[in-house]
Amino acid sequence: MSEIVGGIFTSHVPGIGAAIAKGLQDDPYWKPFFDGFMPVHQFLEREKPDVAVVFYNDHGLNFFLDKMPTFAIGAADEYRHEDEGWGIGGFKPFVGHSALSWHIIEQVVADEFDPVTCQSMLVDHGVCVPFELCWPNSDAWPVKLVPICINTVQHPLPSPKRCLNLGRSVGKALESWQRGEKIVVLGTGGLSHQLDGERAGFINVDYDKFCLRNILPDPEALTQHDTLDIVELAGSQGVEILNWLAARGALTGAVRELAHNYHVPISNTAAATLLAENRVLARV
Amino acid sequence: MLMTRTKSSQGHRPIPGTPVFDGDAARKGLALNAMCYSFNKPENRAAFVADEEAYMDRFALTDQQREAVRQREVPAMIEAGGNVYYLAKLAGILGLGVQDLGALQTGTTVEAFKAALLAQGVTERSVAS
Repeated sequence: MSEIVGGIFTSHVPGIGAAIAKGLQDDPYWKPFFDGFMPVHQFLEREKPDVAVVFYNDHGLNFFLDKMPTFAIGAADEYRHEDEGWGIGGFKPFVGHSALSWHIIEQVVADEFDPVTCQSMLVDHGVCVPFELCWPNSDAWPVKLVPICINTVQHPLPSPKRCLNLGRSVGKALESWQRGEKIVVLGTGGLSHQLDGERAGFINVDYDKFCLRNILPDPEALTQHDTLDIVELAGSQGVEILNWLAARGALTGAVRELAHNYHVPISNTAAATLLAENRVLARV
Repeated sequence: MLMTRTKSSQGHRPIPGTPVFDGDAARKGLALNAMCYSFNKPENRAAFVADEEAYMDRFALTDQQREAVRQREVPAMIEAGGNVYYLAKLAGILGLGVQDLGALQTGTTVEAFKAALLAQGVTERSVAS
């Protein structure tokens, strides 16, 4: 039987990748963010998951606006990063897990979701930066990847409730996965930030703390706002909280916070890291 | 000055200072965003630098989009349907990061833009026992 060991939620600001490449983890600007990963490293060292299922958004690497899926699930046996236009790179390739991907696809379609399935897919900093944060200094990633991409770029976006329910459906698939693999779920992006418009630089500490306080014990609380409410509350790119909500939904057991770290600012972003354990409930 | 899009055809309510990249913007901005998407490839970045006008021809940018690019006017690029994730790729060619874009859109210097973010500085950490 598989086991969902927990969830890791983190910002994925590209500048973090650049800071890692330059070895700036102890630099005073960056240290308060990187230090938040110590509990994550301890958790991963203890649990040693085999697979990471990652909810993220693409920023114009794999998907262009000519064909923009609301939900896309990677179903490949390998993934890689490519140049995103401004030079961050050097990310290691990823081993995929197509059998698990198709198992997830079967479940979510049975639950009446309609994802795009991708047997070929590039993954951008939304996946690569969190992997670097979780497994620094590894020669090869110690987990297989199943990437699940949510449109947080072009409105209309899927509703928070829809994202939470997608995650729950994915969680159901992970629970019924028959191979004895340990699975960690990642949700990336956020928290509040805005890159465009006169309100660029907008950060909302109150809303971020509301999210951090509620997403584990009461994720429904985050579904009281529609996507435009979230744009207003969290900034136009703060809607990446949708990725967190989906990842939260995939934690189907007894969920408990192990650690969180919230640090403003990293670049234009209120950066956050949240670690949760997921204890499997007795199966009946 | 950036005019925030008022009610779109989808009837969205306006959010002050906040462009919502919806179907209207996506239609309007397709050529500009397509050009910016091409900048994922280094050879395309080089071709743009070598001859901007020819490169804009290749993607059939609208007059409004061309003028915004020529003038390096970020708010005008957004008004012309540019999406910030794609514009970031053009900004990279121009040697600008997202904090430079922030300063250009808010009418301040990049130092002041960064300082305003630092002024909101907060760090909060919790580890369960």
